[in-house]
Amino acid sequence: MFNKILIANRGEIALRVIRTCKEMGIKTVAIYSTADKDSLHVRFADEAVCIGPPPSADSYLNIPKIMAAVEITNSDAVHPGYGFLAENAKFSEICAEYGVKFIGPTPDQIRKMGDKITAKETMIKAGVPVVPGSGGLLKDIKEGIKIANEIGYPVILKATAGGGGKGMRVVWSDDEFEDAWNKARMEAKAAFGNDGIYVEKFIEEPRHIEFQIIGDQMGTVVHLSERDCSIQRRHQKLVEESPSPFMTPELREKMGDAAVLAGKAINYEGVGTIEFLVDKYRNFYFMEMNTRIQVEHPVTEEVIDHDLIKEQIKVAAGIPISGKNYYPTMHAMECRINAEDVYNGFRPSPGKVTSFHTAKGHGVRVDTHVYAGYTVPPYYDSMIAKLICKAQTREECITKMQRALDEFIIEGIKTTVPFHIQLMKNEDFRSGNFHTGFLNNFEMDPE
Amino acid sequence: MTFKEIQDLIKLMDKSTLSEFSFKTETYEVKIKGPRSYAPTMVTTAVPSMPVAMPSQAPIAAPNSSVQEGPKAEDAAPKAATDKLIEIKSPMVGTFYRSSAPDKPAFVSVGDSVQKGSVVCIIEAMKLFNEIESEFAGKIVKVLVEDASPVEYDQVLFLVEP
Repeated sequence: MFNKILIANRGEIALRVIRTCKEMGIKTVAIYSTADKDSLHVRFADEAVCIGPPPSADSYLNIPKIMAAVEITNSDAVHPGYGFLAENAKFSEICAEYGVKFIGPTPDQIRKMGDKITAKETMIKAGVPVVPGSGGLLKDIKEGIKIANEIGYPVILKATAGGGGKGMRVVWSDDEFEDAWNKARMEAKAAFGNDGIYVEKFIEEPRHIEFQIIGDQMGTVVHLSERDCSIQRRHQKLVEESPSPFMTPELREKMGDAAVLAGKAINYEGVGTIEFLVDKYRNFYFMEMNTRIQVEHPVTEEVIDHDLIKEQIKVAAGIPISGKNYYPTMHAMECRINAEDVYNGFRPSPGKVTSFHTAKGHGVRVDTHVYAGYTVPPYYDSMIAKLICKAQTREECITKMQRALDEFIIEGIKTTVPFHIQLMKNEDFRSGNFHTGFLNNFEMDPE
Repeated sequence: MTFKEIQDLIKLMDKSTLSEFSFKTETYEVKIKGPRSYAPTMVTTAVPSMPVAMPSQAPIAAPNSSVQEGPKAEDAAPKAATDKLIEIKSPMVGTFYRSSAPDKPAFVSVGDSVQKGSVVCIIEAMKLFNEIESEFAGKIVKVLVEDASPVEYDQVLFLVEP
């Protein structure tokens, strides 16, 4: 087992890792930028090294500085958390070169899954369902229509150089194809200077359902069931839950098997998440893989009753896993509390937190690095706390979340608590009737 | 222990001829030690049953430990004089060396004059040796880090009288 782990991260996840390390008797080293000198992760670690000024590029993203800190503290492992360098293949490689264990996947595994096209090809080879598509650029309308009929309408035309919804057109039948093709190409050319178009099946009312997997160094890979993360604003998750209200035992069996297949295809080591899109007919398609511990990992921890950070560290130390899949034994939900002003376009609201009283009580967990008197710095992401509730049923879980949100007092900055309070009252949310487009039509009630 | 109490303790230590002092209550324990020539270091340990007490902070570069709650140890030393002195801080993380090689003389010692751009020390990280230059002109009044000790970003290395 490791003697000393350096946590190459900050905020709540750094604190999360430090807590588990303490329980495991492993010494901890915190690194921090000058902006984080009063941060809880710095205080709770056994040792702390200031590595640079506030900008991430000069601190949390700076590999030489982090390696220097590893060197002077004689750490034998590095935990990258999430974000920052967690999925940086070069960092994983450099750790290996220095003889320091990177608590995560190998550089090769990160690379394979980091590139979307390579990831998709790997999945196809492994027999994991992917969003059907042309694979490459379309030559002309004739080829487009042919492939569209093979895939089955509706399809979506996408610009290969594209992003932000530009150069995209949904097509519902052969008649519409030519017009959509022309419009998409024109838009793509204007926006990106490249009118290359490919086609994919258009997933109707997609739900984002991801599966947690874990693989050990002996080649065993298992899944820990799903999390439904469909409540997203601009592709940022705001609420996650397990089990998914849309799941059935049969679907879980199929998706779980596919997730394990995906992990085995790359001999995956560590914790990871396979993200799927699920359409209204319960067809599921591989979207991407995240080769790290995720923000929403507590949701899974609460329903299977295991410490995922502990499992992650054990696997990194070469300890084999049991080989069992895990299934939710109750219902859990997480609300991400961000320092954002929901009445003004969710704009960031950094500053000093003057009062901070977290929700507590039966079935309530709060993962946070914030405390009264703490100043939320403007240099990093806006998440300040994760509020996780668990109960026997989804309905009770929502009720508990409402009670918890009502007693969560944060003053001095604006937060997304009012958003979550309103969401918990929403009929569609309460009935589990939502997909990733849900928040497009969601408006905050006046203050 | 309050901030003021800790500050008073350190001042008391500095005035006395004691080289070591320790004090224990039900909830916490305080140990202060250090040779008289350096500013005293301080280590507080929370007794395990009371997690509310201050968490322990292992020093990065003895004797210049960075204490989270208390004042910087060297501040407790001649306070009036420190106000006018300039701090040369470490721009990086690494191991501090006072000379270019073990058998070579130190770049600077107390009493030496430095110009802007004078090399004052080397900080090594990952087998790369970086010469650290002074940004100020003046006289070296104090060397705060021991040879071959680890240093962190912004750690004060030298005090310079302009």
